[in-house]
Amino acid sequence: MDTMRDRFAPVVTHLLDEDPRVAVVVAEIGKVALAEAMRRHPHRVINVGIREQLLVGAAAGLALTGMRPVVHTFASFLVERPFEQVKLDLGHQNAGAVLVSAAASFDWPAGGYTHMAPGDVALLDTLDGWTVQVPGHPDEAETLLRHAVAAGDDKVYVRLSESANRRGHRVDGRGLRTVREGRAGVVVAVGPMLDAVLAATEGLEVTVLYATTVRPFDAAALRRATQAAGTDVVLVEPYLAGTSTGAVSEALVDVPHRILGLGVGRRELRKYGTVEEHVAAHGLDAASLRERIGAFVAVPARA
Amino acid sequence: MTITEERGRAYTHADLPRLMGLMTGDEKHGPAATSTLDVLWVLYDRVLRVGPERAADPDRDRFLLSKGHGPMAYYAVLAAKGFVPVAWLPGFGSYDSPLGHHPDRVLVPGAEIGSGSLGHGLPIAVGTALGLRAQGRTGPAVWVLVGDAELDEGSNHEAIAFAGPTGLERLHTVVVDNASAGHARPGGIAARFEAAGWSAVTVDGRDHEALYAAFTAAHPGRPHVVVARVEPKSG
Repeated sequence: MDTMRDRFAPVVTHLLDEDPRVAVVVAEIGKVALAEAMRRHPHRVINVGIREQLLVGAAAGLALTGMRPVVHTFASFLVERPFEQVKLDLGHQNAGAVLVSAAASFDWPAGGYTHMAPGDVALLDTLDGWTVQVPGHPDEAETLLRHAVAAGDDKVYVRLSESANRRGHRVDGRGLRTVREGRAGVVVAVGPMLDAVLAATEGLEVTVLYATTVRPFDAAALRRATQAAGTDVVLVEPYLAGTSTGAVSEALVDVPHRILGLGVGRRELRKYGTVEEHVAAHGLDAASLRERIGAFVAVPARA
Repeated sequence: MTITEERGRAYTHADLPRLMGLMTGDEKHGPAATSTLDVLWVLYDRVLRVGPERAADPDRDRFLLSKGHGPMAYYAVLAAKGFVPVAWLPGFGSYDSPLGHHPDRVLVPGAEIGSGSLGHGLPIAVGTALGLRAQGRTGPAVWVLVGDAELDEGSNHEAIAFAGPTGLERLHTVVVDNASAGHARPGGIAARFEAAGWSAVTVDGRDHEALYAAFTAAHPGRPHVVVARVEPKSG
């Protein structure tokens, strides 16, 4: 299967052909796949070199002239390193952009902690007005990229990952989707976590909601799900554990509820190896999830 | 043209200290408060193709005040040129005033960017020049004003090093140099731009004719920097 990132260049190349407002800005990373787009649109595909403050600042300048900038690099260099540019050059200037990250929380474990960004969504949560898309499959990534670019002058973050579910779901760039219905709690699986969550909750009496759009958080859909399934809520996120705990808490502010926030741990592992080893180390493999979710909802698996 | 009018009232360079006084409560200002004043006046009076009536014109020139500290001179010039009402000036810094101690583009008519945190204007100006070029708008000039100490911020150097080799000839930087940078070397400012392929001129930042000549110097194929030297900041 191709990856979400494999879809990025073909999709934006097509969007560049279609829409004269679209500009793509990169900082070396990802430029090879954009060679054809750069040849066709030399003034709208811009490689600023290894300069991430300029990457975001220049995108803001493009937006201020009416363009729709699509900015792409690894999450750690897109959100963390130039965070003040994201806050000020986009947010404070009232300028929109589509930030498309790669490498996610630990797509390249052998690359070590410098190339891991489990905190990206939590950081964006400190800012106003960001839409956050976390596709779980290359087909979803393609759809959500198109939605993001078409979203006027909105600020949109699209988090691409090498990890993916076996099959894609129909996504609309908005709310939560009900994948399974039960009566003993609600599990919200974000993006690439869905397959592991479905395996982990097999036979448990829980409702599983699938989230690819995590901000704004679909509070209404969560509330609807809790009417039948109760207000024990488990979040399984492919980035920092507990990132969406506040959003769930806000959605259920007027009803007693419990929340378990699962995701990537804060502690630096100082380990290399494989994605599977890191998934296990953070307790995000199906067996660990089953144990933790099962204990939380306290419903024994049916025989 | 050295005179402009707003609702029948004409303002000249000589009015600027009084307009600044509406904000500071004092018509006498030290060099630090006025370091940008002559640069701003010559740009708005004689160089920039901008005006309150052209605020939404995509072919207007763009002036980005990156050094957002001490914006009284900027607000005074914007008021003199009719972008903001003179009546706004006395409210400077108050809760409901659009005029803060750092400008906000969302609140101040004519302000192309909000600034305050140093080192943001030049990268945004690079993007603005790229955006205009991508749209085939070769007419508008993009200007950004930075302070000499502001150039300590590394983000500027990302922009300087990119803009020269890219040949962004519609990009212009004016550095108001009041010798306030830590660890500066004589001639170091122009040299850094020149090393990146910019056209560079250093002039007396109080001499209006010298500023005008530097602002309008030809620089085909290259971005242009004007280093405007003013009295050293004291203290």
